[in-house]
Amino acid sequence: MMIQVADVALSIDACVANVAGPECGGICIFLGTVRDNFEGHATDHLEYEAYAEMAEETIQAIAGEARGRWPIARVAVQHRTGTLQIGEVSVIVAVSAPHRAEAFEACRYVIDELKERAPIWKKEVGESGEIWVGAPTATD
Amino acid sequence: VNVRLFAMHRTLAGSGSLVLELPAGATVEDAFRKLSRLYPAMEQTSGFTTFARNREVVDRAEPLADGDELALLQPVSGG
Repeated sequence: MMIQVADVALSIDACVANVAGPECGGICIFLGTVRDNFEGHATDHLEYEAYAEMAEETIQAIAGEARGRWPIARVAVQHRTGTLQIGEVSVIVAVSAPHRAEAFEACRYVIDELKERAPIWKKEVGESGEIWVGAPTATD
Repeated sequence: VNVRLFAMHRTLAGSGSLVLELPAGATVEDAFRKLSRLYPAMEQTSGFTTFARNREVVDRAEPLADGDELALLQPVSGG
């Protein structure tokens, strides 16, 4: 299982190679990409920051949960930190399984739980200034 | 204890890590109170801040030990 949260370029090929195996009938890949707007405001770029050690442990636990829930083979996750421009890939989730249904379901579970639980934050930098997404502003 | 700060908390303190001296028996809440005295703007994050002690989420009553890593966490927004 490859789980990585770091300020390095992501590799779809590396994720696929990590989860591929002769017993697998399919690999489901989710790519998160940087959108050009946030709550109606134009976005210039995003800055991701993570508590990387804890984020990797959290994603490891999520992948373990997915393997307990579905008969899947392997899970690979890479999440980038640092500055990302519009259209760039911020996260890759790859899940291999003997059959496609489980690969799709487990892949969705991993990205949904990652977004809920992993200590990773993004700052939206755009026309309305800089906003830490998800946090109330300190003056709220 | 070694305090780790990210995102908004890091910006408010002007640093991502610092060492906090606390009396024996101090809790997470005590650590947050001390941080709020050092960086008054930190107090305004109290309503949405959660805590991790040695990378495990804990509540504010959790006692801290010498050498612990205490992280302040705001609502996450990865992906």
